[in-house]
Amino acid sequence: MSHPLLAKATEKLLRKDFPAYRIGDTIRVQVKIREGEKERLQAFEGTIIAENRSGVSKTITVRKMSFGTGVERIFPIHAPVVDKIEIIRTGQVRRAKLYYLRGLRGKAARLRERE
Amino acid sequence: MSPGILGKKIGMTQVFRPNGEVVPVTLLKAGPCVVVQRKTPTTDGYDAVQLGLVEGVKPQRLNKPETGHLKKAGADGIRYKKELRLRAGDDDLKPGDRVLVGDFRPAEVVDVIGTSKGRGFAGLVKRHHFRGGPSSHGSMFHRAAGSIGASSYPSRVFPGMRMAGHMGNEQVTVRNLEIIDVNPEDNTLMVKGAVPGPNGSYVMVRRTKR
Repeated sequence: MSHPLLAKATEKLLRKDFPAYRIGDTIRVQVKIREGEKERLQAFEGTIIAENRSGVSKTITVRKMSFGTGVERIFPIHAPVVDKIEIIRTGQVRRAKLYYLRGLRGKAARLRERE
Repeated sequence: MSPGILGKKIGMTQVFRPNGEVVPVTLLKAGPCVVVQRKTPTTDGYDAVQLGLVEGVKPQRLNKPETGHLKKAGADGIRYKKELRLRAGDDDLKPGDRVLVGDFRPAEVVDVIGTSKGRGFAGLVKRHHFRGGPSSHGSMFHRAAGSIGASSYPSRVFPGMRMAGHMGNEQVTVRNLEIIDVNPEDNTLMVKGAVPGPNGSYVMVRRTKR
């Protein structure tokens, strides 16, 4: 986002209806899924381990453990497919990218709650 | 309806369609333009308009012949000019007429003509997509040309043999780009896909033939 007109052109696409999440928070993302005619919501619950890019292209990486396997999903948060983001739990962390969580499992992968 | 408009490339971003589809787009600052000269079959042998992009260029930056040429159309502050052929169905534009981005509508299809980024003296791998050789395992053939033909017969290199040389900095046309958004307030035009040249370079937007 270098040119001011670029930011202005995509401004109306930016979503402002999200809670103020931070890296390390556990969130639930509701994603709209089309199945033929019908549309339903699918939830993905996990920890935000990274935020990438800026402006309308901003994405968040959400990691969760599913049956002992780490699953990460990258959401373009300004996309219309993202219906809702809810914060489930906050997390106290000291860096912007929590890639170190990938090497940890179980109790070691827990994060302290933020005051 | 003008056959096209001149502009500047601002940069790329992405937008979402109502159905959730992500569209890569290039934002162009298009216009305001002025018709500087009208070429007619009787005087010039063909039918065209010469458009100029109004940028507020200082008068001392333009030479006298240029200033005089612009004066005929009552325009000034123009550095970038391009000619567009008029086709049947186009309006009869007169010198001094303004061409604005509001003439364009979303979902219209345009061609964008610009100058590609210069790559300097480029080798065969970059310029002609040759494969090159292995980099290791004792290989002594990396990015070199290889054979350019047989020996005593024909004793020459055939014309058109692909070799290293200057690449880029040439006119490139990208056809059939969809207009995603038009903003007459900021004079910006949003087209789907990439456009030749670096950000800030001049481009010509032309309504697609057919």
